[in-house]
Amino acid sequence: MEHSGEQHHPIRVYLVVWGLLFLLSVMSYLVDFFEVRPRELAWFLITAFALFKAGLIVSYFMHVRFERLSLVYAILLPPLLILALTAFVMAEGGYVFDVRALFFGR
Amino acid sequence: MAQQTQSLEERALALPRWLRDLVADWSSDQQTFKVNWGKAMMWIFIVSDIFVFGSFLSAYAAARLSATLPWPDPAKVFALHIGESEVPLLLIAIMTFVLISSSGTMAIAVKYGYERNRAKAALFLTLTALLGLTFVGMQAFEWTKLIHEGFRPWANPMGAPQFGSSFFMITGFHGLHVTAGVIYLAVIASQVLRGAYEKIGYQRVEIAGLYWHFVDLVWVFIFAFFYLF
Repeated sequence: MEHSGEQHHPIRVYLVVWGLLFLLSVMSYLVDFFEVRPRELAWFLITAFALFKAGLIVSYFMHVRFERLSLVYAILLPPLLILALTAFVMAEGGYVFDVRALFFGR
Repeated sequence: MAQQTQSLEERALALPRWLRDLVADWSSDQQTFKVNWGKAMMWIFIVSDIFVFGSFLSAYAAARLSATLPWPDPAKVFALHIGESEVPLLLIAIMTFVLISSSGTMAIAVKYGYERNRAKAALFLTLTALLGLTFVGMQAFEWTKLIHEGFRPWANPMGAPQFGSSFFMITGFHGLHVTAGVIYLAVIASQVLRGAYEKIGYQRVEIAGLYWHFVDLVWVFIFAFFYLF
C-alpha cells in the first residue's frame, strides 16, 4: 500500500462509515425536530455530531488515517486558524449588535 | 544558438553565485510529500477551499450575531407541506442523505478502481455523479421555492435581511462545487471506461474522490450550522 500509493481497504469499512454517517445525520436532525432545550444543549449536540461526521469522512473516505504524517499535519493544522477568525468575528458581531441597539434603538 | 550547445552545468556556473545557490536550494530534488503529486496538489487545493468556506461560515456567524431583527427559523423556512402537516427541514434532510450516499458510492468506486475492476468503478462513479445531480436539482427546487416566497439576498418576509445574503452565498457556492464535481466525475468515469488508467494507475479516481468527499464535508458543516442552529 505504502509503495504503490494505492489504498486498499475492505468494502466493509466504507459501508460501516456510511451507516454511521446516516445514523449521525438522523440524530442531529432529531435534535432539531424534537426541539431539544436548552438551546445550548442542542447546539452542543449538533456541533459534536457534525465534528464526528467530519472526522469519519476525512479519516476513512479521504484516507487521511492511512496517509504519511507529513501530509496529515499539512492538511489538518492550517484549518485550525479558522477557529481564531471565527472567534474574532463573533466577538465583533456581538459588538456591532450592541452598537446597533444603542443607536438605532432595536 | 550558442546557448543550446552549452551543457546545463555550464549554464548554471555562468549564473551569479547568489542566484545559483538560490536555484540549487529550491531545485535539489527535495520532496516533502512522498505521495502522488496529483494527490498532493488536490490536497493543497482542498486546504485553500477549506479557508473559503471557513470564511463564509465565519461571515455568517458575524452577520447572524449582529442582526437586530429576529433571525428566520430555518426549521420553518425550509419546511415542506406533506398532506395536512408541515414537516420541518424535510428537503434538506433528504439532500443530506443523498450527498452522504454519493460519498459512499464514491469511496466504493475508488476501491474498484484500485482493484482494476473498470466496469464497476465506472458504474459507481456514474452513480455518484447522478446522486450529485439529484442534489443540485433539489437545491434548484429549494431556491425557486424561496424566491417565490419573497426571499432575496437583501430582504425577506420572515425577519433579518442578512438571512438571504448568507443563504444564497453559502449554498450557492456549495452548489457550484457540486455542479463542477458532477462534470469532473463524468469525465473521470468516461476515462475509466475507456481504459485510460490501465497503464498510469487509478490514482486519478482517488484524487477525484478527495474533491467529492470534500464537497460532502462542507455540507456537513452547512447542514449543522446554517440549517440546524
